[in-house]
Amino acid sequence: MYNMPDERGHFGPYGGIFVAETLMPAITELNEAYQRYMKDPEFIAELDADLQHYVGRPSPLYHAERWSRELGGAQIYLKREDLNHTGAHKVNNTIGQALLAKRMGKTRIIAETGAGQHGVATATVAARLGLECVVYMGAVDVERQKQNVYRMNLLGAKVVPVHSGSSTLKDALNEAMRDWVTNIDDTFYIIGTVAGPHPYPAMVRDFQTIIGREAKQQCQTQTGQLPDALVACVGGGSNAIGLFHPFIDDEAVKIYGVEAAGDGIETGRHSAPLCAGRPGVLHGNRTYLMADDDGEIIETHSISAGLDYPGVGPEHSWLKDIGRVEYVNITDDEAMGGFYALTKLEGIIPALESSHALAYAMKLAPTMAKDKIIIVNLSGRGDKDMHTIRIREGVEL
Amino acid sequence: MSRLKTRFDELAKAGRKALIPFITAGDPNPEFTVPMMHAMVEAGADVIELGVPFSDPMADGPVIQRASERALEQHTGLRKVLSLAAEFRKTDQNTPVVLMGYLNPIEIMGYEDFANAAQRAEIDGVLTVDLPPEEAEECVALLKARDIDQIFLLAPNSPVERIKKMDAVGSGYLYYVSVKGVTGAGHLDTLDVERKLAEIKQYTDLPVGVGFGVKDAETAKTIANLADGVVVGSAFISKIEANLDNPEQAKIEIIDLIKSMRQAMDS
Repeated sequence: MYNMPDERGHFGPYGGIFVAETLMPAITELNEAYQRYMKDPEFIAELDADLQHYVGRPSPLYHAERWSRELGGAQIYLKREDLNHTGAHKVNNTIGQALLAKRMGKTRIIAETGAGQHGVATATVAARLGLECVVYMGAVDVERQKQNVYRMNLLGAKVVPVHSGSSTLKDALNEAMRDWVTNIDDTFYIIGTVAGPHPYPAMVRDFQTIIGREAKQQCQTQTGQLPDALVACVGGGSNAIGLFHPFIDDEAVKIYGVEAAGDGIETGRHSAPLCAGRPGVLHGNRTYLMADDDGEIIETHSISAGLDYPGVGPEHSWLKDIGRVEYVNITDDEAMGGFYALTKLEGIIPALESSHALAYAMKLAPTMAKDKIIIVNLSGRGDKDMHTIRIREGVEL
Repeated sequence: MSRLKTRFDELAKAGRKALIPFITAGDPNPEFTVPMMHAMVEAGADVIELGVPFSDPMADGPVIQRASERALEQHTGLRKVLSLAAEFRKTDQNTPVVLMGYLNPIEIMGYEDFANAAQRAEIDGVLTVDLPPEEAEECVALLKARDIDQIFLLAPNSPVERIKKMDAVGSGYLYYVSVKGVTGAGHLDTLDVERKLAEIKQYTDLPVGVGFGVKDAETAKTIANLADGVVVGSAFISKIEANLDNPEQAKIEIIDLIKSMRQAMDS
């Protein structure tokens, strides 16, 4: 049976704890709290109640019949994480970590954000629990995601634009780490994806596996069988691991992780470390990265800010190496195809991140028989992307 | 015996403390680095920490971040840094050089290739900010086999077990980060440093250098009274940053600051 990571947070050669010494005591403290509360029935009951009544779970597993018919192959089912409170899967994790922070007696929350979805989900739970909240966001992302910045401000969070490096998600993460090391005594760092030093990759995964656990049960109830394939987009990889993890031992289920190919892998302008990167160490863990021969991190590109990251969760690196998950990639243009298809045929406007998974499902479904089932993780809704898409279409309001 | 051990032994015998300046290699340009290193030695530096620029310097404050960015614009990656260190060594056989940076450049080069290259460049120590001892076994062994010290960090919140661990795996010296924060952060609290150093010294015979927040001769003197070495980085790099149009002026100001620190520490 699949049982990763080991006690020190290793997924084979990946994962681990690669941080400055000042962070070590905080990470040890966090790991102890995580180990303890994930076995505490009271904590789990509170988490479950919040997921049900605050987030709105379980999220539906929706049979996209019209779209499936159009594609002429396998039946596509969408796991509707876009219907969660705040509009994406991110809140599953922020609720869990914020409850943990509260129990650990931390009064201040920090987070990094790319597209702003994790920032909004963090600001949301901080508002609800009455915790101070500071969100670091690359200056470039602040500019392209103004609406989410405004949402975070409304929720009472302070958004700090980060101007160093490439002024995107990776730099926001660097700055959050610097804040954490400076305010280590009262501050809890809510990382938004399955990356970072142990226990974050395992902990964020455990909070996100609600997606896969529900999907498995719903699929069996609705269709009487397990799915034949799973598809999810992979930036840091939290929505993907959340869907995939409960199916890892079900060997008949094929699993596809979809990275952002940006302008195309061959152009070098992409965000696909698993497809075109190499193992290295960044942000506290060993994993596949986009780095040059000197080990400097290469700037990434994707139409979706949420996938615009040079690393990936270490468990994905392991799942790639052991061959359990096949990692593929989808360009900006292809992702737009997925976006329009779902919008026009099913009346659901997906996030650009999720559109990468949809675009891959469009390729996959026609190759499979009509009685086969694909579950696609619809990780977020597209409202936040209206501005980006309007600019791309050249439409003036 | 390693150059670091020799150097700290000599200093202890003479009743002096080590002055350890840090500069980022390649800042503001690669031609600046080697002459600056020699000038620092002449002005009274005992050990030189040479920063390896990294695109994502998570433990550094804005001053050293910008130094890294300037150096990377000049393509000063790990290979170039090693060649600069080798060039320095041609005309200075005695001053220990410690490479300080982040793990990824070493990971991408490969531990063994790096250890061989460091040996060829006659590097004396390696300090990798984001490599705690738990993950360092392989790297330490390869360096040790080549008589290169791996230097580890201790922080104000490091418990006794960590101090013991660093003593067991580290060599050359231990680097005590005097404040919770990033490089160049606010000013350090002398009493806190004194208390923590006393605790650290109970568990190690390695020399202890103190860094983060040493900005002037007065602080250098205070720290020298408490520790075996004083590490200064951001204060020098600020001089480079203030004189980007005139690096020679930066060099003069850095030398003046080193001399004043040396004088204060020896008085």
